[in-house]
Amino acid sequence: MKTETLKTLMGYVAGLIFGLGLAVSGMTDPARGLGFLDLFGGWDTTLMFVLGGAVVTNFIGYRLVLKRPHPVFGERFQLPTRTDLDGRLIGGAALFGIGWGLSGYCPGPAFASIGGLTLPLLAMLVAMVVGWFLARAIPARG
Amino acid sequence: MDWSSSLQGLAGGILIGLSATWLMATLGRIAGISGIIGNLITARPRGDSAWRLAFLLGLISGPVVLMLLGGGLGNVAGSGVDVTGEVIGQPAGGVPLMLLAGLLVGLGTGLGSGCTSGHGVCGLSRLSVRSLVATITFLVAAVITVFVVRHMIGGGA
Repeated sequence: MKTETLKTLMGYVAGLIFGLGLAVSGMTDPARGLGFLDLFGGWDTTLMFVLGGAVVTNFIGYRLVLKRPHPVFGERFQLPTRTDLDGRLIGGAALFGIGWGLSGYCPGPAFASIGGLTLPLLAMLVAMVVGWFLARAIPARG
Repeated sequence: MDWSSSLQGLAGGILIGLSATWLMATLGRIAGISGIIGNLITARPRGDSAWRLAFLLGLISGPVVLMLLGGGLGNVAGSGVDVTGEVIGQPAGGVPLMLLAGLLVGLGTGLGSGCTSGHGVCGLSRLSVRSLVATITFLVAAVITVFVVRHMIGGGA
């Protein structure tokens, strides 16, 4: 198989495992997200286990993988290099949090739920894409 | 605490972590959903789209595969016994609320360069300070939003 085909296949496998993980954990139900965020209702701790399990697994995984000189199908590991804290990062994260709190969906679960598409979910996905275009149109300062 | 739900959460979380490690090991990329899909749709000039599109198709097919397998492997919270084991839940609001939420999520993750997966899962695994600050910020903003909607305005989501 050609390298490009293999790269595409690796991307599919990563997406598939990610989607299975979201589905098994119940993150494809916005009620789980909202239940976690509602500290003052009947607190649903499921999301904490999801995030904890993912971070610990990936922390160990990255330790092993990043020791290698380069990825199997690439020249270099493409890691973020910025370390500064700016308004774009913090303001953006705050806006995202409000949207997440209103809907219970973050981007992963929203797109992973397309298999059970409803009109409100479709509206959210379209608006999210519009938001991505808007963010691109707002130039970074400096 | 609901232990069966917590265990499913842990199992799913481990799968998500394995996916992120897999993507770094094979393609050298961060498994951030808003970055992968956002760049697939909005990046100009286009390039590098094949693996992003494949990732999106995989992401969509994961829950579908779980539904086809049957056996109630999902973990939908729901409110009645009849939804136990279902895979995909229902939106918490109608079209207007979801339009607003979607716009905020898109704009916010675009400006802040990441969401729960990019900053939360991958960034925290790399001990990135930017990702830690972003994660705390969106968690706090989301908790406040849910508090206002559920306990101050009442009703709604």
